[in-house]
Amino acid sequence: MVFEMTEEQRMIQDTARNFAQKEVLPKAAELDETGRFPDELVRQMAELGFMGVAVPEEYGGAGMDNVCYAIAMEEIARACASTAVIMSVNNSLACEPILKFGTEEQKKKYLVPLASGKTLGCFGLTEPGAGSDAGSQKTTAVRQGDHYIVNGTKNFITNAPQADVCVLFTMTDKAKAHKGITAFIVEMKWPGITVGKHEKKLGINASGTASIVFEDVKVPAANRLANEGDGFKVAMHTLDGGRIGIAAQALGIARAALEDALAYGKDRKQFGQPIVNFQAIQWMLADIATEIDAARLLTHRAAWLKDRKVRHSKESSMAKLYASEAAMRASVKGIQIHGGYGYIREYPAERHFRDAKITEIYEGTSEIQRLVISSALIKD
Amino acid sequence: MCFDLTEEQLQIEEMVRSLARNEFAPKAAEIDEASRYPEENMRKLAELGLLGMLYPAEYGGSEAGPVAYAIAVREVAAACASTAVGMAVTNMVGEAIFRFGTVEQRRKYLPALASGKGAGGFGLTEPSAGSDAFGIATTAVREGDSYILNGSKVFITNGSRACVTIVVAVTAREPKKEISAFLVEPGLRGFSVGKPEHKMGLRGSDTVSLSFDDCRVATENMLGAAGEGFRIAMAALDGGRIGISFQAVGIARAALEAAIAYAKERKQFDRPIAEFQAIQWMLADAATELDAAQLLAFRAAALKEKGKPFTREASMAKVFSSEAGNRACHKAVQILGGYGYIRDYPVERHLRDIKVSTIYEGTSEIQRVVIARELLRRASR
Repeated sequence: MVFEMTEEQRMIQDTARNFAQKEVLPKAAELDETGRFPDELVRQMAELGFMGVAVPEEYGGAGMDNVCYAIAMEEIARACASTAVIMSVNNSLACEPILKFGTEEQKKKYLVPLASGKTLGCFGLTEPGAGSDAGSQKTTAVRQGDHYIVNGTKNFITNAPQADVCVLFTMTDKAKAHKGITAFIVEMKWPGITVGKHEKKLGINASGTASIVFEDVKVPAANRLANEGDGFKVAMHTLDGGRIGIAAQALGIARAALEDALAYGKDRKQFGQPIVNFQAIQWMLADIATEIDAARLLTHRAAWLKDRKVRHSKESSMAKLYASEAAMRASVKGIQIHGGYGYIREYPAERHFRDAKITEIYEGTSEIQRLVISSALIKD
Repeated sequence: MCFDLTEEQLQIEEMVRSLARNEFAPKAAEIDEASRYPEENMRKLAELGLLGMLYPAEYGGSEAGPVAYAIAVREVAAACASTAVGMAVTNMVGEAIFRFGTVEQRRKYLPALASGKGAGGFGLTEPSAGSDAFGIATTAVREGDSYILNGSKVFITNGSRACVTIVVAVTAREPKKEISAFLVEPGLRGFSVGKPEHKMGLRGSDTVSLSFDDCRVATENMLGAAGEGFRIAMAALDGGRIGISFQAVGIARAALEAAIAYAKERKQFDRPIAEFQAIQWMLADAATELDAAQLLAFRAAALKEKGKPFTREASMAKVFSSEAGNRACHKAVQILGGYGYIRDYPVERHLRDIKVSTIYEGTSEIQRVVIARELLRRASR
């Protein structure tokens, strides 16, 4: 067992940390407050290769491994969780399924611009009536000659307002239930597509979240991703990877909560001494730090398994479940250590709390992760 | 980064797992019930080189390394936690003698420990010095070519079975308190062993008090230099915490496996209880936490193997593994319901056995002190 990072992993950590500290962190409070999409940061991340970290260079990516991806995600999320999820969705949910399941033409046409950050991707799976029960898709795609006609509504779609391309899931054969799901690569500019209003959220305010309505949208058959009926498999594979990204995002948020609490606790004096001298505060810090390390090890293990092309559903779910819940606990403690100041927007502690919450929900709720893990345990 | 075990580590895992499953597990309930020291298990461990895993063959050891050692402790603990703690303390004592001892001391004690002639004991804790280990009161006063020891130690694992015990004592009070370590053999005049403690768990492990009443120990039996005793004890415990982490992981894994097997068999409301989310949730949480615990513990062991500092990582592993392990054992008892409370099933033993892991070799509270101290030190850099 080797727990040291490779040279490449250390390099991307340095690059991501520098960029995050210098360019992202100073803007995080403003982005949260205004909900402004950080166009300029996304452009800069594209230049750094962060929009397609684990995509081979021939397809426009940085050609690194998934551990590198998790490391970079953590650093970006440490500074701004909104910016991190924009990156995560593009990497894990748009690039990855095209890389894994796309034809050579699809890769050239869509993956190259996505991975190099010239275009932005989103992932259309969730519907008003299909959340954890992702198999119950109502959006339909009906074959007509060399096209499909798509109708339906997707909601809570991250990046939808800004995206150029959507990896979309539809029902092509309702009788087959989840085996009747088919995925497509859809260009957001096509007629019949409308993006709904920007949702107001508890946190990750600067990432765009909206519904997408499809009305008689003509999608060329050449844009079908994998075969008819393969959509559920595509979605589940994609989410196995996406969960690594969200675990890393949660890790970054938890680290922000810890580092900010530590700095505050050393500065803040009560009863004539810095509050970090009190065991009540030390205990909280020690627990957060231990849980962060545990979460990081679970996350990197899952990423490492993915790099080795070994099945990693259970390990990804463990990483996502544990990291997101640890981030939630860390951010609650972070606020507590700040006391009244933790509740006030001049300090970032309350933002970490709001940002952390979503990591327990999207890309599979904690409850879905526990289902994945327990079914693997019981099957073994 | 690489999460694979080496070929050699995999072989040791396989060997110890089959030994533990076939020979230790079937006797574990009886050993617990009778509070019987698992003599035959220790002999078996010695035969396979598992009592001296952290020092080289020239001293009788197998030098398998901290990672392989950790795996071996885990596998033994999954079968019989009492055997595992006897094994862990013996390995820890041997390692400390190898690291801090003279060539003569190594030659004298290490082959005996590795071959199971006797266990190793570690005498630090006293009635009034637990977490505050620096507050020990046992004294060692120089007299010619001897030190005269007076005082008492409590809760000493392997104490009555040890062929050598590291005893930590105060050798000077002025100008500042000086603590030194000694290698003490059984049978010395003035050295007596108290009666076995009745414990909640680990009932097969030997836990006794030690008394020193004008006990004369030769100066050549000092381990390290005068004044190095506290550092030696702390270094031993850093490594010891990795062992206890894996002991906890092993016990908890056994509890989780028992719970999964039971949940698949047990039917209520016309179906296996494993089909209920209430049960699935407990299993998923326990498995996730145990994987996290094991990764923390492997990280500490891997750092140790590379000769890098691992104090913080060992404390993180120990507090997390012991607490997650306790939660997992609680859940296992809960999943088995009434049967979980009954001695016909092993999970109540697992719960009793694992409780001490949050206490010995540094309580959870001491681990958090260590972790917080390191955090604050790093933050001020």
